[in-house]
Amino acid sequence: MIEDDRVFKALADPTRRSLLDRLFERDGRTLTELESEVAMTRFGVMKHLRVLEEAGLVVTRRSGREKLHFLNPVPIRLIHDRWIDKFTESQVAALVALKTQLEHETTLAENGRTTDDQPTEE
Amino acid sequence: MTNPPKSETTQVYRIYIRAEAQAIWDALTQPEWTARYGYTGYAAYDLRPGGTYTVRATEAFKAAGEANGRPVPDVVIAGEVIEADPPHRLVTTFRMLMDPEIAAEPVTRITHEIKERGNGMCELTLTHELDGADRLAAIVRGDFEDFGAGGGHAFTISDLKSLLETGQSFNE
Repeated sequence: MIEDDRVFKALADPTRRSLLDRLFERDGRTLTELESEVAMTRFGVMKHLRVLEEAGLVVTRRSGREKLHFLNPVPIRLIHDRWIDKFTESQVAALVALKTQLEHETTLAENGRTTDDQPTEE
Repeated sequence: MTNPPKSETTQVYRIYIRAEAQAIWDALTQPEWTARYGYTGYAAYDLRPGGTYTVRATEAFKAAGEANGRPVPDVVIAGEVIEADPPHRLVTTFRMLMDPEIAAEPVTRITHEIKERGNGMCELTLTHELDGADRLAAIVRGDFEDFGAGGGHAFTISDLKSLLETGQSFNE
């Protein structure tokens, strides 16, 4: 049975979030592939994958002799649905888009690129 | 990226639902149920290998399409039943006909598996094999949700869970 507690606990660890990020980039990976991308022992990665699997965030599927790991977004969707209904959804999306845009501009400014766009006072 | 392994183009969704396997099977296959959750549509399955599978748009679905300036055809999904083992396993091909570019992509394949997990709980796993169907893959992953294309399979099966557990879907 999937409980929110397990999902939040699974997400509370940076290594486990990083494993989910890897699967989000490219789904259906083997343990060996995942292991090569995090600085951790095979046993450590296995332990983290088990926590993710118990939380329902990772689903495994056999393909021949390989065990492939897939990101299952449904438990996160259920958390989303619990606090965000379809009426607030578009407002939330608009704010997220604004944040992304402003942060992008800030990053550009920090890199000094926006100065090129502005006329310099002589 | 010329020849990606097959697994990269497969998407897997799993959800636990407090309902009998037969109730979940009915909600997946019977039009009076499929019209009530997710994108809504009247499913029609000829539940034998080689049988046809179609989904017709509901009036609400068509009205939403008109409002977005994208008229919806009468039949929005067409496929063929490959395997039907009620109430546990259903394999069909799946082609979305709402957009000509998506309809022109290779035919994809969906497997629904329902397993009893005790205490009146069932595990529903939806596996969508999407080889060569990049546009459809993005839609069913919910990538275009902010642009009105819906939240894909995750949205649909979480809505199915709400409907079966509470008697109401998100839109009701």
